[in-house]
Amino acid sequence: MEAGSIPARGGRSALERSSRSRALDPALRWFLTGLAAFVLFLIAFFFIRLFIEAKPAFDKFGYLGFVFDNNWDVSKEIFGAWPLVVGTLITSVIALLIGVPVAIATALYLTELCPRRARQPLTILIELLAAVPSVVYGLWGIFVLAPHLVGPEQWVSDKLSFLPLFGGTVSIPNCFVAGLILAIMILPIVSAISREVMTTVPPQDKEAALSLGATRWEMIQMSVLPYSRAGISGAAMLGLGRAIGETIAVTIVIGNAPNVPESIFSQGYTLAAVVANEFNEAASDPTHRAALIAAGLVLFVLTLLVNALARFYVNRAERGQRSVPRGMAG
Amino acid sequence: MTTLPAVSSRRRATDRVMRVALLVLTLIALVPLVLIVYYLLKEGLGAWSKDFFTTDPTGRFLGDPGGIKSAIFGTIVMVALASLIAIPFGVGVALYLVEYGKAGRFANIVRYFIDVMTGVPSVVFGLFVYIVLVVSQIGGTFAAWKGSIALALLMLPVVTRSSEVVLNLVPDSLREAALALGAPRWRVTLRVVLPTALPGLMTGSMLAVARAAGETAPLLFTAAFVFGTQFDLSQRMNSLPLQIFNDVGQAQDRLVQRAWGAALTLVVLVLLLTLVARLVQRRSRLA
Repeated sequence: MEAGSIPARGGRSALERSSRSRALDPALRWFLTGLAAFVLFLIAFFFIRLFIEAKPAFDKFGYLGFVFDNNWDVSKEIFGAWPLVVGTLITSVIALLIGVPVAIATALYLTELCPRRARQPLTILIELLAAVPSVVYGLWGIFVLAPHLVGPEQWVSDKLSFLPLFGGTVSIPNCFVAGLILAIMILPIVSAISREVMTTVPPQDKEAALSLGATRWEMIQMSVLPYSRAGISGAAMLGLGRAIGETIAVTIVIGNAPNVPESIFSQGYTLAAVVANEFNEAASDPTHRAALIAAGLVLFVLTLLVNALARFYVNRAERGQRSVPRGMAG
Repeated sequence: MTTLPAVSSRRRATDRVMRVALLVLTLIALVPLVLIVYYLLKEGLGAWSKDFFTTDPTGRFLGDPGGIKSAIFGTIVMVALASLIAIPFGVGVALYLVEYGKAGRFANIVRYFIDVMTGVPSVVFGLFVYIVLVVSQIGGTFAAWKGSIALALLMLPVVTRSSEVVLNLVPDSLREAALALGAPRWRVTLRVVLPTALPGLMTGSMLAVARAAGETAPLLFTAAFVFGTQFDLSQRMNSLPLQIFNDVGQAQDRLVQRAWGAALTLVVLVLLLTLVARLVQRRSRLA
């Protein structure tokens, strides 16, 4: 009101703003900019503090030694994280191999084939999978899924024992169950991003395929999949980032054995699980604590790389979509 | 008029097989959800009773394990405090990005790092707060408010990203109309843009709250575990996820049953938040 009141007050013209009002403009601007800058500061601080605290472990075992030495022995104070790195890779790869194809299938079904009326409810149900807390997945995984899967797992293990990473006795908590739980956990996000990308496929592309006589599936093959490939890759990478960093569910179902697993059905350990699981005993032992923080740092860097790559793909997919209509108009 | 050649039977069969395969895979994706809900109800409802919600865990391995009162209370308190920190902060950063930063270089850098933060595993946030606040013994060791800060860090990128999307939906014509009437920029931002976007902002924030409520790893190193109900924010505080995590590790049927009961409680809590968020979203004028 004070800004626009018509009669001039206190010697300023009707169109001039009060000094309070004028001062508030830059104030809000700089306050909000400050908040944004604080986020950057926080992330930098984050990284530096983790690094400083992890340094003793890196000094003792070397950077490469810490990551690639196959020896994690708490009682002897030797910390080589290779078993954890391998466990993280195995469980994440299993999660991707199972989760991504299913997620893409749900995305294709929901965007291209599903009857209009069923689309919304099915989408909500898939998204509900993301609302289940990680610790609940762990609880269900260890008490329901793992015991029921032992039989089938043993059968597969015996039949495929000629392959590496198969064979031997199945243990109840194992890497495969962890991977399967992770597959379920990454499914909603991979599906959601794939759906987002697929809904932006230009209708002209799809109609062109159909008018040339393509069947629905051929249309998906010719128009939808090629157009959304980059976005789907990005979605899968984001899922991978989630799988690498997931902690509690994995800690509960993987068995927490610090050895390189002999088969996907033996117990394992991951970078995230070791931090959560050994943190209590490490509180009084500086070397152990530094080693756990170093494991956290390796995990951080790993997820950073994966997410940067994922963003690159997803952003490219989004840019591609925006430039297509413009290109056609020009 | 020429007629197109009929679709060969092989192509038609492939089409049908693939359509069915996609449907089947979609249904398979829902199997875990059905199973989890089934077991939660079957095992969890059995654990529910009046005492379950009104007594604290006793910590006795044999005999009466007690209920989950302290855990429910702790989760609500810590998540509420985390929301008080993360929501204003996150909405503020989103306001900067949409109203001031726009597509500038600094804004894009901030945007990129917010995305980076989304991808940081929650356990790393927990470690960070542990190093900065617990090891350095700022105000004692483990404390509820430190748990809240860890949760707030986790919520921040989610709140910012969802708020940015909503603020972008506020039509420019509204901003232009207010500016043309002589309103200063800060007024346009706080009195026009913010209220218009409010329902959408609430939806995004509540989804972030729901996510934080289910997190275990960050609390493990910050708020730690305790049996009794705690009102002091500078002391250890129990929470539902930690209670479940602890009970799962015990090979004792009654503790495992308590874990199922607590899990059902937690899921109901998270679902309620999600549901309310969706209802608010539906009433929103934007989108």
